[in-house]
Amino acid sequence: MKNFLRAILVVSIFLSINQISGHAQCKGFAKKICKLELIPYIHDGNYHAAILTEGEEAELYKTFFSGQEYRISICGSDALPEIEFQIIDAYKNVLYDNKENNFARTWDFTLESSQQLKIALKVPVGNSESEYPASGCVAIMFGFKE
Amino acid sequence: MFSKNVSTKLAKIFLVIFLATTVIGCTSNRAKKDTKNVELEDFISDDDIFDDIDKAKKIFYSLPSPLETAMLIKSAGADYDHELLNSIDNSSKYTTNRSLALNLGIYTTDLSFASLFDQTQTSINYMNAAREMAVGLDITDAIDDQTIKKLENNLNNRDVVMDIISETFLNSSSYLKENDRQSVAAIVLVGGWIEGLYIATKLVGNASLTNNKLVDRILEQKLSFNIVLRMLEDNRKNEDGSDNVDIVNLMMQLKDLNTAFDNVKVESTQIEVEPDTIRKVTALKSQTKISITPQAFKELQSTVDKLRTDFIQ
Repeated sequence: MKNFLRAILVVSIFLSINQISGHAQCKGFAKKICKLELIPYIHDGNYHAAILTEGEEAELYKTFFSGQEYRISICGSDALPEIEFQIIDAYKNVLYDNKENNFARTWDFTLESSQQLKIALKVPVGNSESEYPASGCVAIMFGFKE
Repeated sequence: MFSKNVSTKLAKIFLVIFLATTVIGCTSNRAKKDTKNVELEDFISDDDIFDDIDKAKKIFYSLPSPLETAMLIKSAGADYDHELLNSIDNSSKYTTNRSLALNLGIYTTDLSFASLFDQTQTSINYMNAAREMAVGLDITDAIDDQTIKKLENNLNNRDVVMDIISETFLNSSSYLKENDRQSVAAIVLVGGWIEGLYIATKLVGNASLTNNKLVDRILEQKLSFNIVLRMLEDNRKNEDGSDNVDIVNLMMQLKDLNTAFDNVKVESTQIEVEPDTIRKVTALKSQTKISITPQAFKELQSTVDKLRTDFIQ
């Protein structure tokens, strides 16, 4: 009984600390690592980041405007396998797939006319032999040129 | 070393706290997803791109930030007009979460607009006004003395100024989102977005609507408006499952804007992807036809004006 309670104590403390500090780590990760990938583009200032686990997916919806040059940067923390992402239009056509581009973390593009696009990303299941799936920060950031 | 009794009690306390926080977390998420308000939902359009939203996935909605909004106005060939900004004298009036959040967005858009037109003293004044709003919302360290000093020292370097604005907005939005105040973050974004619409519609005035790039920029915001509604809907519930009054009221206020945007017709062709292997910048080629009648545009201008007047009161 004593060992059982001790185990619960350790797991509870670990999970509580992880929940509290996890978010803060994502802010630092987004600012100090992912944002640098936008250079020389200007970061728009928006913050989209979350802790994701292997096998999890996320989607982001945004309108991109004609005549602007954009960079999308999607990065995951070192604990995670390379993040897969696709850019999809309103007709559900895949405009870009980073799997076909050596898992690039950024994509630069311009638009002839303004469009609402979906960014679909996935944290693939890695090859780690660990018993538990890996979790870590994933940030999606946008830059543009003046 | 702990005695057996003490460690057993501690373990029980941690277990109770952990289970309680986990259960509360789970139930609040569920409540957020299950409860629907038919009246509000009815005016969220069924755009094709949102068809296959999977609620199990993490969903982000991204609006043009204050900096991007100001950039879009400038790149459309607009001129600077100081009279259109929300006066910094109003800043002391804002005391509620709603008014502070809306005006954090509004002042940040004004700051971005002034900075892009090299209005140096105005930029400092509006950075201070934005800081006042952030402090009022208990957003610590988003804009501190160092930020203001850095801005003052780099007023002639637009790239650095834009980086400072982007950084301060990132600080405040990440602080709000990471402290479970996503609804406040959403209101900040709506405030900034409406300010951009307000400045742009005022700058158009009575000018012709044809071949007017600024008019096109305004009408294109119909696409962002769908995202505004979905973002607000996503934040409509408090942790305990009750309605977030500020968000619900904001959604109700935006109904007239929804009606005004209904008069904007947008038709797009399929996108052709043209990679550029030298510059490594892909071109997304497509044609979009966007139109509105002069009367409907006047209504849109008046609706935006009414909304913005309410926001800065």
